[in-house]
Amino acid sequence: MNKIESVNDFVIKFANVNGSGSASANQMFAKGVFRSGIPVSPKNIFPSNIQGLPTWFEVRVNEKGYLGRREGIDIFVAMNPQSYQKDVAELKQDGYLIYDSSWKRDFDRDDINILEIPLTKLCVQEFTNPKQRLLFKNLGYVGLLASILEMDKEIYISLIEEQFRGKEKLIEPNVKALNIGYNYAEENFKDYCDIKVSKSDKTDGLILTSGNDAAGLGCVYGGATVCAWYPITPSTSLAESYNKYSEKLRVEIGTEKNKFAFIQAEDELAAMGITIGANWNGARAFTATSGPGVSLMSEFIGLAYFAEVPTVLFNVQRGGPSTGMPTRTQQSDILCSAYASHGDTKHVLLIPSDPKECFDFAVEAFDLADRLQTPVIVLLDLDLGMNDWSTKEFEWDDSNDYDRGKVLSKEDLDGIEKFGRYLDVDGDGIPYRTYPGTHPEKGAYFTRGTSHDEYAGYTEDGVKNAEMLSRLLKKFQTASSLVPAPVFNQEKNNSSMGIIYFGSTDCSMQEALDMLEEQNMKIDAMRIRAFPFNLEVWEFIEDHDLLFIVEQNRDGQMRTLIMAEGGIIPDKLVSILCFDGQPITAEHITNKINTHLSGKPVLAAS
Amino acid sequence: MTYIVKPKNHHPLLEKNELGLTRRDYEGAVSTLCAGCGHDSISSAIVEACFQLSIESYKVAKLSGIGCSSKAPAYFLNQSHGFNSVHGRMPSIATGAAMANHELLYLGISGDGDSASIGIGQFVHCARRQLNMTYIVENNGTYGLTKGQFSATNDLESKNKYGDDNLFPSIDLPSMAIQLGASFVARSFSGDKEQLVPLLKAALSHKGFSFLDIISPCVTFNNHNTSTKSYDYIREHNDALSRPDFVPSGKEILTEYPRGSSIEVPLHDGSLLSLEKLSESYDPTDKIKAIQNIQESQRDGKVLTGLLYADPEAKDLREILNVSDKPLNKMDQKELCPGSERLQDINSGLK
Repeated sequence: MNKIESVNDFVIKFANVNGSGSASANQMFAKGVFRSGIPVSPKNIFPSNIQGLPTWFEVRVNEKGYLGRREGIDIFVAMNPQSYQKDVAELKQDGYLIYDSSWKRDFDRDDINILEIPLTKLCVQEFTNPKQRLLFKNLGYVGLLASILEMDKEIYISLIEEQFRGKEKLIEPNVKALNIGYNYAEENFKDYCDIKVSKSDKTDGLILTSGNDAAGLGCVYGGATVCAWYPITPSTSLAESYNKYSEKLRVEIGTEKNKFAFIQAEDELAAMGITIGANWNGARAFTATSGPGVSLMSEFIGLAYFAEVPTVLFNVQRGGPSTGMPTRTQQSDILCSAYASHGDTKHVLLIPSDPKECFDFAVEAFDLADRLQTPVIVLLDLDLGMNDWSTKEFEWDDSNDYDRGKVLSKEDLDGIEKFGRYLDVDGDGIPYRTYPGTHPEKGAYFTRGTSHDEYAGYTEDGVKNAEMLSRLLKKFQTASSLVPAPVFNQEKNNSSMGIIYFGSTDCSMQEALDMLEEQNMKIDAMRIRAFPFNLEVWEFIEDHDLLFIVEQNRDGQMRTLIMAEGGIIPDKLVSILCFDGQPITAEHITNKINTHLSGKPVLAAS
Repeated sequence: MTYIVKPKNHHPLLEKNELGLTRRDYEGAVSTLCAGCGHDSISSAIVEACFQLSIESYKVAKLSGIGCSSKAPAYFLNQSHGFNSVHGRMPSIATGAAMANHELLYLGISGDGDSASIGIGQFVHCARRQLNMTYIVENNGTYGLTKGQFSATNDLESKNKYGDDNLFPSIDLPSMAIQLGASFVARSFSGDKEQLVPLLKAALSHKGFSFLDIISPCVTFNNHNTSTKSYDYIREHNDALSRPDFVPSGKEILTEYPRGSSIEVPLHDGSLLSLEKLSESYDPTDKIKAIQNIQESQRDGKVLTGLLYADPEAKDLREILNVSDKPLNKMDQKELCPGSERLQDINSGLK
C-alpha cells in the first residue's frame, strides 16, 4: 500500500456529529500545529442546527503559509457513521482514514490506509460518566494524531491546562483522554503514517484568531462605546467579541461601571436605529449583521446617508438569497451593501482580507464614518468572520488620534454667525455638525430624512433637493481619496492581463498567483479594499486589456459595480466565480483562468 | 414636514421663569397642522411645562417618527436638537441617543399609527428596557397625513369620516405600557391643559420610561359624531382619576386637598406629583389595580385619564446596564482606547 508522504503540508478533515463537543477538540488540534510553528487554516463546516447533524472541520497545514482551502483530503478523521460514505469518497488515494472501530466497517476502498481505533470502547473502559465517555472520544483522536504525526504531546497538555485554568479538576481527565489515543497509537501505529508535523518557526509574528474576534476588538480600540445588535449567524460572534473585550478592557476602575453599552435589540431595525441614534449624539456606535439583517436595516441606512449621520455596520456575509445557507460562506452582498436603501444612495465599503485587516478596518471605519458623516459598511464573510486564521499580530500606534471629523464645539459656534448643518463650507462636500447639548443658543438643528436645505429646514424645492443630492455625490468623491488604497501583487504592471479580487479570497489568490507563475503565466493582480474605488483601481483597469474578477457569488457583483461606476466595457471583465458556499480554492481560480485563455467558455457554476 | 419660522418679537412684560426666559423662548416654528388640531394644544402644553420647569432647551433632544404627530417637534423648543426619524422607529433612535449621553432630556413624540402599528415592536421594547425618556403618543385614532384611514387605537365599531365601521378592537397603549414595565404611565386629553401640564411636568421629571397617551382629536378626519376620539366624545366620556398638581423640588405644597383624598408621588429629582383622588379605588403605585381600572372604565364606555401608574423607584436602562456616570460621548481616546501594551498581551493570548 502506498502512503502519502509529506512534512508540514497536508489537509486533514474531521467528520463529527454536531453538538458533541468536537469543534473545540478539532480547534485544539489546529492550535497544536500552530504552536509547532506551522501556519494552519482551520475551517468549521457546520449545519444550521444545534445537535445531531453531520458537521465537518477542515484544517489545512501549510508551511509556506497558503491558507486557502485546498481540495482533496490527506487525512480523514471520520467520527460520524451518518456521513462515512461521503467522507471516505473525499479522501485522496493513498490517504489515511481514521475511524472509531468499536463498530468495524468495510469501506470499499483498497487505495487508502485505514487506522482503526476503538475509541468508544476505550472511553467506556476508562470513564464512568456517560457524558465524559462521549466527549472524550474527541480528545482521544487528537492524542492519536499527535502520535502518528510525531508531534510534541506536551503542546497539547499545555493547551488543556490553559483551557481549564480555574477549573483544574478537569485537567486530569482531559489529559487522560488525550493519552488514550496517544498511547494506543504509540502501540499500534508506530511509524505508520508518512505525513509528519515537524517543528518550524513560520508562525513567528502570527496569531491564530477569527475576523469577527478581531473586528470586535478593533471596535474597542476604535473607541466604539455603543454596540446594538440582533443575533444572526455568522455575525453574532463579532458583537460578542466586542462585549468580551469591553468587559476586560473598558470597565472603570473604582466604580466598576462600564465605559460601553452593549444592547441586544429586538430586531435588526432597532439595532440600526440605536446605532444611528448614538452616533447622532456623538458616541461611536456600530452594529453587526448578515444579509437578511442588511435588508431589514436598509430604510435606516438611507436615513443615515441622507441625514448624514455617521454609522458603522459590519456585514458578515453568508450564503443567500433569502435565508439562504446561513452557515456557509459567500461574497454576495456587494451590491446590496453598496447601494443599500431606496432612492439614490451609495455607501462606503471596507473589505478586509484577513483578521489583522478586520481589526485595522474596524478602527478605520469609525474614523471614516465620522469624517464623512455617512454609513460605512465593513464587509466580512463567514469564512473570514467565523474561522480562525493564521494572521499577523495586531498593532497599535499610541500616537494615532481618532478623527472625529467636522464637529463644532461651543467655542466654534460662538465664532459663527449662522450655522448651516448642510452647508458645504470647505468644498469637499462634507458639512459641519453639532452634538445636541453643545450651545445654549446656537447649533441646534432638525435631523430629518425628508428633503432639506443647507440649514436643515424642510424644503419641497426640487432644485434645492437636487443640489443636496449632488453635494452628497461630491462627498462620495471625497471618500474615494480617503478609503484604503488597493494592494498590488507587483511593483509595476508587467502584463496586459490582470486579476482583481477582494476579501477572504486573498489567501487562495496568493497561492493561485504562485501557481500561475510556475506555469510561466504573466499576470498582474490587484486586491480591492474599499468602495468608492480609488484612482489606483481605475488606473489598473485602464492599464490592462483583460481582467479576471474573482468573486464568491453567482452574478459577479463586483464586476457589475466596476462596470456601473466606471463605465467599463463588459467584454474586458471576465468573471471567475465560486458560489457553492465553500471558500474558493487556488486550483479553482487557476483552472478557470486557464480554461478561459484556452478559448473554452468559462461556466459560471463552480 | 412643512414649517414657517416665527418672528422673534417679545412683549417686554412677558412673564419670565427662573432662567429669565419667557414662554416665547420655548416655542418653535409656526405649526402647519390643521387649525384646531389637538397636536397643537399638546405642543403648547409642552411649551408651558418646559417653561414652568425652567428647562434649558438645548439640553433637550426631541425625537419623532413619521406622521402628523411626528411633525410636532418642529413646533416647540426651537433651541433643541430634533430628530425626525423613520416611521415607527423613534424609540430605537432615542435608545441610542440616550446611551450616548444620559445627561440630556429625551422627549419622544409619536402617534397612534407610529406606535400602535408600524412601530409597536419598538414601543414595546423601549418600555421594557426602561429607557429614561418621556414618550408621548398624540392619539387621534386615525392616519391623518394619508387622509383618514383607521388606526389600531380606534375603538371597535367606531366609524370613520366616510361612515365605514372599524372592524377590529383597539389597542390600549397605557395598559400595554404598564404591563411592559413602564414606570410612569398617564393618559390625558389635549383639550384639558389643567390636567395635561402637571402630568407633562411630572413625566419630564420622572427617571425611567414615562409614557403619556394623549387623546388628540383630528379635526379633519376623526372629529365627527360617530368617532370615539372626537372633542365632544372625549369631553363627555372623560373619567379623570385625579386632579394633578406638580410641585417642583424644594417648593411647598400649596394645593390643599381634603385629608384622605390626596396621593403624593415623589419623583426622582425631589419634586412631587400631588393628586387629588377622584376615585376611591385609586392607587397609582398598584400595577394590577391600574390595569383593572383601565379595563373597567373601558367596559363602561369611559376614557380614564390622569396618572394611571407610577413606580418612582424604578431603575432605568443605563443603571440596568451599569453604564458609567460620565456620558459615553464625552469620553476621549485616552479613556476609551486600551493602548498598545494591552494589545501585546492580547496577541500573546492568541498564540
